[in-house]
Amino acid sequence: MDINMIIFGGLAIVMIVSALFAVTSSKIMRATTLLLFVLFGTAGLYFMLHYTFLGAVQITVYAGGIVVMFIFAILLIGKGSMDITQTSIRRYLAGMATALTGMALAIYLIMNTDFHSDKFTADGVDMKLLGNALMGTEKFNYILPFEAMSVLLLACTVGAIMIARKK
Amino acid sequence: MNIPAEYMLILSAMLFFIGVFGFFTRRNLVSLLISTELMLNAVDINFAVFNAYCQPQHLEGYIFSLFGIGVAAAETAVAIAIIINVYRNIHSIHIKKLKNLKH
Repeated sequence: MDINMIIFGGLAIVMIVSALFAVTSSKIMRATTLLLFVLFGTAGLYFMLHYTFLGAVQITVYAGGIVVMFIFAILLIGKGSMDITQTSIRRYLAGMATALTGMALAIYLIMNTDFHSDKFTADGVDMKLLGNALMGTEKFNYILPFEAMSVLLLACTVGAIMIARKK
Repeated sequence: MNIPAEYMLILSAMLFFIGVFGFFTRRNLVSLLISTELMLNAVDINFAVFNAYCQPQHLEGYIFSLFGIGVAAAETAVAIAIIINVYRNIHSIHIKKLKNLKH
């Protein structure tokens, strides 16, 4: 039992429990806070893979941006109208059956597939390599999706202002 | 580091299906968005894990995760704008009240 396994186990337990309570809690603010724990746990997983830049992006964009947007929306709408009414027992059972079946199938397939996943190296990714891959125009470089993403973010900013502005 | 890749994949599969469960049972637009975020997050974990364990000399999964995070941010911004607009129009975000697009 080495230290990595202990850290991974702790992260996994925190993430699963937080996710479960985030989708069952009847208080919307509590659900958002638990979502924040799941996102921090994901950043921890990225750090365990030595993907430090990805973990930093996860914390800035998800934990710093998206959760703050959720909290803004909840406070703007008002917690009173957010009462999460109990869904019907039939729908609850159907959702649970679907989720459990899918989970069992996915876990069965993962356990019975050989991914040839023994090439892990603890080197991480060189930032220079990553920057060249994001901005280069050669094969395996990603300038086009990068620019498409900037256009998407611009369109999303304009669209969000258009939708949310007062008439 | 000797965590098998399967453990990470099982963790992300469980997170994904917890998100699916929430998506089926929640009746409130903001809660549905929280479940969607859980699912997107699980998919990003999968990309990063496959990149790290199967093709560590390439960067495809890493960059896909980065773009996935960007798309999730854009999607959440637009969805929250829509939710605020829905609330302004019908003073509720319970999905039972959203009937105008149903037929």
